Amino acid sequence: MTAAAVSIRNISKTFGKGGTIALQNIELEFQPGEFISLIGPSGCGKSTLLRVIGDLIEPSEGEAIIGGKKAHQARLDRDYGMVFQEATLMDWRTVEKNVSLPLEMMGWDRGARRERVRELLALVELTGFEDHHPWQLSGGMQQRVAIARALTFKPSLILMDEPFGALDEMTRDRLNLELLRIWEATGATVVFVTHSIAEAVFLSSRVVVMSARPGRVQRIVETDLPYPRTNDTREDPRFFELATEVRELLRESHEAREGQ
Amino acid sequence: MAVNLLKRLGIFVAVLVGLSALYMGYRQLFLTTGWTWPFKVDEYAMPRLQDIVSRLWKPAATEQPILVQVLVEKALFTAKEAAAGFALGAIVGIAIGVVFHFSNLVRRGFLPYAVGSQTVPILAIAPMVVIWLGGQGLPVWMPVAVISAFLTFFPVAINTLRGLDSTDPRKLELMRSYAASGWSTLWRVKFPCALPYLFSAFKVAATASVVGAIIGELPSSIQDGLGGAILNFAQYYSLDPSALWATNIIAAALGIIFFCIVAVVERLVVRRAPENVA
Amino acid sequence: MTRVGRLLAEWAPALAILVLGLVGWEVAVNLFGIQKFLLPKPSEIITAFWDERSVLWPAGWYTFTEAFWGFVAGVSCGIVAALVLARFRPLGSALMPYFIAASAIPIIAFAPIANAWFGIEKSSKIFIAALLCFFPVLVNTLRGLRSVRPQQVELMRSYAAGETALFRRVRVPTSLPYLFTSLKVASVLAMIGAIVGEYFGGSQQQLGIQIKNSAALFQFETAWAAILVACILGLAFYMAVSFAELVVIRRYPSAPRQRG
Repeated sequence: MTAAAVSIRNISKTFGKGGTIALQNIELEFQPGEFISLIGPSGCGKSTLLRVIGDLIEPSEGEAIIGGKKAHQARLDRDYGMVFQEATLMDWRTVEKNVSLPLEMMGWDRGARRERVRELLALVELTGFEDHHPWQLSGGMQQRVAIARALTFKPSLILMDEPFGALDEMTRDRLNLELLRIWEATGATVVFVTHSIAEAVFLSSRVVVMSARPGRVQRIVETDLPYPRTNDTREDPRFFELATEVRELLRESHEAREGQ
Repeated sequence: MAVNLLKRLGIFVAVLVGLSALYMGYRQLFLTTGWTWPFKVDEYAMPRLQDIVSRLWKPAATEQPILVQVLVEKALFTAKEAAAGFALGAIVGIAIGVVFHFSNLVRRGFLPYAVGSQTVPILAIAPMVVIWLGGQGLPVWMPVAVISAFLTFFPVAINTLRGLDSTDPRKLELMRSYAASGWSTLWRVKFPCALPYLFSAFKVAATASVVGAIIGELPSSIQDGLGGAILNFAQYYSLDPSALWATNIIAAALGIIFFCIVAVVERLVVRRAPENVA
Repeated sequence: MTRVGRLLAEWAPALAILVLGLVGWEVAVNLFGIQKFLLPKPSEIITAFWDERSVLWPAGWYTFTEAFWGFVAGVSCGIVAALVLARFRPLGSALMPYFIAASAIPIIAFAPIANAWFGIEKSSKIFIAALLCFFPVLVNTLRGLRSVRPQQVELMRSYAAGETALFRRVRVPTSLPYLFTSLKVASVLAMIGAIVGEYFGGSQQQLGIQIKNSAALFQFETAWAAILVACILGLAFYMAVSFAELVVIRRYPSAPRQRG
C-alpha cells in the first residue's frame, strides 16, 4: 500500500499560554492526487492547519506525515510548493527570476533553470512576460506567476492558502479552470484553503468543512462531480446540491456557536 | 520630456535668482535703513555676491594660485576623507544592523550605546583620534575618515536593522517552505527588502560624511582640506570675508554632489513598484 | 514577572556591557600603560567629573540652553514653513528638491560667519543650531503632510470637510511620525551645532571652550569629563524627544508606520 499524501494525526494547536485553541484533535488523511479544500468560518484554523502540514508552524500536539515522512523532513526535501493569498513576488526580480527562485536555491544551473521556467510559464499561459516586473502585471497574472513558482521543482504536494481570495469573481473563475488543468497535468495532491463555497465545490474531490473556536473538522463532503470539470459544471444541479450541503453545514456550526 | 526638462531648468534658474535677490535685497535694505537687528549689516557681515564670486578667481593668498583652484584641491582632499569615512561607516553600520537583527541579546546590550555614541561631540574627540591613529604611521587623512565614519555608521545601522526587521512575513514563510538557509534568506529576500531603507540612510550618511570630515579636520591642524581652509579664512574674516563665503559655497557644492551620487546610485539599484517610491 | 523585573531584564544586557566596558577600559589603560593624553582611566574621569562639577555643569547647561533654543527656533520655523508649503502644493513640489539639497549642505561650515554676525556669545550658537535643525524638519514634515492616502482625503471630502478639518484630522496626525523622526535628528544636530559654533569662538562659560581649554592645558581627565557632560545632556535631550514621541503617538495610534 502506498503512503497517504498527507496524514494528519491528532493535531492540536494552542497559541500562547492558555490562549486560543486554534485546532483541536484533527485527524485527516489525503490520498495522492486528491484535490482537497479546507473551508470554514474565519478563526477555524484552516490556514493554521495548512501551515502545520507545511511545517511552518509547530503543532502543540500530534504530527503531520507527508508521503510517509515527517513534515519537517518533507520541508527539508522540498516535497511541497506553497501559494499564498498575496502573490508574494519579489518586486526586484523579473517574472522569470521569481519563478526560478526555488531552483536557484536547489542549485540548478542556469540553462536548466531557463528551460524549466519556460515550460512553466507556458503552462500558466504567461509566455512572453519573462522580463516583466511583478508590478507590471495584473493581480491574476501575479498569482499565476506564484503558482508557476510553486510548481518549479515538481512537488508532489501543493499547499494553497486562499490563492484567489483577493481577485475579482471573473478572474477567479478563469483561474479555477486553469488550476484544474494544471492539477490534472501534474498529478500533484492539492490542499486548498478557501472562503468560497462555490470555489471549494467546483475544484475539489473532497471538501473538509471546519468549525471555529476550537477549530475542528465538522464533516468531509465528497464532491462526486466528474472531472474534467468545465464552466458547465457550475450549472449542474448536483453542483448546487453539494454547495447547499456545504452551506448548511457551515450555517449549522455557526448557529451552534451562537446558541452557546 | 523636453518640456519637463525645460521647466525644471526654469525652476532652477528661478531659485538661484530668487536666492541671490533675497540676499542682495536684504543686504541693501539693512544698509540703507541702518537697522541693526538681528545683526548689523555691512560690507564685512555680508559681502556683495559679485565680490564673493570674483574672489574665486583671485589668488588665494599672495604668491598662490587662484582661490577656486586651491579650494577645489582642498575639496578633493576632504572628499577623499569623506568617501573613505562613508565607506567605512556604511560597512560597519550594515554589519551592526545585521548582528542586531539576528541577536536580540546583542541588540539590547549595545543599541543604547549606539544611540549614545551620536551625542559624543566628535569635535572634542577628534584630536585624540588623530593622535591614536596618526601614531600608527597611517596617512594623515585616515584618522579624519574614521571620525567621519563615526557620524555615518549610525543612520546606516539603524536603517539596516529597521529594513531587515520589516521584511514581509509571508516572504519569510515562503523561504522557509523552501527550507532556505538563514544566509540565503538574508541575501535573497531580507537585503533586497531593506534596500530602500538602506538608501535613505546612505543619503543621510553622505551628508554626514562630509560634515564629519570637515569637523574632523578642524582641531587636527590638517591644512589640506576644506575644514582647514574654513578655519584659516575664519581667522582673516575681518580682512577678507569673501574668501570664507566662497569656501562655504564650495563646501555646499561638495555636500550636494555627495548626496546626488547616492541618489543616482539608488535610482539605478533599487527596483520597485513606481507607486512605492518614497 | 513584575514590571520592575521585566524592566531590569530588558536593560540587564546594556548594564552588563557598561560594567564590562568600564572595567576593561580601566584594566587596559593600566596594562598597556596608555598615556593620559591618549586615554585617561575611567576612574580618573569620574574623579574629575566630580571635582570639577561646579565648572562643568554650569558650562554644560549654558551650552545646552544654546542648543535648546536653537532647536526650538529651527523646529518652529521648519514646521511653519512646511505647513505653508503644504497649502501651496505646486510651490512645495517645485521647491522640495532644493530643500533636500539644502539639507545636504554642510551648514556647520557657516558657524564662523554666524559668529561674525551675532558675536561670540549665545545668539550665534542659537542661530547655527536653528539653521541645522531647520531643513531636516522642513523636509520630513512636508513629506509627512503629503503622505496622506488619497482614500482618506476622499472620505473627508465625502463628509464635506473643509481644508482646515482635513488638515487637523488627517494631514497632521499622518505627518506626526515623520515629524518626530526629524525631531530626534534635530536634537542631536542642535548639540553639534552649539559645540562646533563654540569652537570658532566663545566664552569661558561654554562647554566647547571648556573641552578645548582643558585639553590645551593637558587636563585630559577634565576634557573627558566635559565630553561626558556633553554626552549626558545630549542623550537626555534625545530621550526627552523620544519620550514626547511616545506620548503623542499613543494619542494617534493609527499613525502609519515610521519611515526614515
